[in-house]
Amino acid sequence: MIRVVLPAHLRTLAQVNGDVELEVKGPVTQRSVLDALEARYPMLRGTIRDHVTQQRRPFLRFFACDEDLSLEPPDAPLPDAVASGAEPLFIIGAIAGG
Amino acid sequence: MSGVRVLVGTRKGAFVLTSDGKRQKWDVSGPHFAGWEMYHVKGSPADPNRLYASQTSGWFGQIIQRSDDGGRTWHQPGTPPGEPTTTPDGMPKGESNKFVYDTSPETGKPLTTHQWYDGTQHPWEFKRVWHLEPSLTDPDTVYAGVEDAAMFRSIDGGQTWQELAGLRGHGTGPKWQPGAGGMCLHTILLDPSNSARMYIAISAAGAFRTDDAGKTWKPINRGLRSEYIPDPNAEVGHCVHRIAMHRSRPKVLFMQKHWDVMRSEDAGDSWHEVSGNLPTDFGFVIDVHAHEPETLYVVPIKSDSEHFPPDGKLRVYRSRTGGNEWEALTKGLPQRDCYVNVLRDAMAVDSLDKCGVYFGTTGGQVYASVDAGDSWAPIVRDLPAVLSVEVQTLP
Repeated sequence: MIRVVLPAHLRTLAQVNGDVELEVKGPVTQRSVLDALEARYPMLRGTIRDHVTQQRRPFLRFFACDEDLSLEPPDAPLPDAVASGAEPLFIIGAIAGG
Repeated sequence: MSGVRVLVGTRKGAFVLTSDGKRQKWDVSGPHFAGWEMYHVKGSPADPNRLYASQTSGWFGQIIQRSDDGGRTWHQPGTPPGEPTTTPDGMPKGESNKFVYDTSPETGKPLTTHQWYDGTQHPWEFKRVWHLEPSLTDPDTVYAGVEDAAMFRSIDGGQTWQELAGLRGHGTGPKWQPGAGGMCLHTILLDPSNSARMYIAISAAGAFRTDDAGKTWKPINRGLRSEYIPDPNAEVGHCVHRIAMHRSRPKVLFMQKHWDVMRSEDAGDSWHEVSGNLPTDFGFVIDVHAHEPETLYVVPIKSDSEHFPPDGKLRVYRSRTGGNEWEALTKGLPQRDCYVNVLRDAMAVDSLDKCGVYFGTTGGQVYASVDAGDSWAPIVRDLPAVLSVEVQTLP
């Protein structure tokens, strides 16, 4: 199972507490994880990536295993520790303002 | 016994204020959607328990929320969690937060650029829903005015949205430009006597009217004067802040423009100024008394660079003559050291007798007058900055 940690506002929208656990078929990538996340929680579509371009929204970042993966290609494999469920994929709202 | 429900959108959540017909004691519910910018919350005239809300965030984008029980519970009217997101034949199901501009040739292939602050052309980019206007007759039909300026319609209770592409497609789009708050479609008026007629307003493009239920649109800005536009007869480019009408006379329109309070007798085909003796004719809100179509309310704001009331005095101005002659309404409002603003969607009236008038400020106060403006009292005074105020008069 893949574990995803959502920012608080998206947990509220998805009506979940704590980590989200997802079954992902095939290679574990940003795209496949987000596809699985949006399929299970359709109210999150458009909140993490743009409806049309499927690009990451500018003020959100992806982290896992102490690495910033935000600029990785969406079809690049995520770290093995994420694919095995040992480590979560963090979706984090960037801090902006003072 | 009749009552009122005041729907308040703020920078950090929505609030529902309810009272009986006396409007003296208030219950405050909220914050709903705490931490999100709630640009607008409005109820259906056809079903007062049906509410729509625009929930938005620079981080997470646009969400549409719906309540079917008068604001007690809310849900996104798309596909529920856990359900398949496609139909058995593979078609995607509802996504309440999906607003995609229509660029199809079948609907006129709307223009894809508008004027940017520096005069260059800039692509249309969806940012948020500023205003939701439920149909007068069908609870499941609702219109959305969005930034960058366009109009969308849902006929399935907010699950799916389609652009009324004729507005952007009618030809003047490359001359539209953002106001200081963005290029937003912020006002939608539905003509109660003619279901095919609607008025909208955009900052800074101006006012537009459709007479065929949104297929085609015409600019209705003749008579507007804007100092920053070199052409005195410019068809578009005007920074209209708000339009109001009385439902008994839908051809008579009132406008608070960036500067100037204006009036039209002919459904917007021509306008004339009715600022009269106002201390300043800059402002955002304008509204009409529920039972007196010639009684208007505005809140003068000092200037476009100083978004606060003149002299630190918060004053609503009322005209009982359809404009030109205005009286200051001050009883119960702060008359010193007040430097709040009242934004364009933040005034509304109820239809009780006497007419109640309500407005919210960027300082977090929501004021109510239960005597048509003669006196005022705060319902709440420490909310986040108020973006919008709507009122439902309940049976």
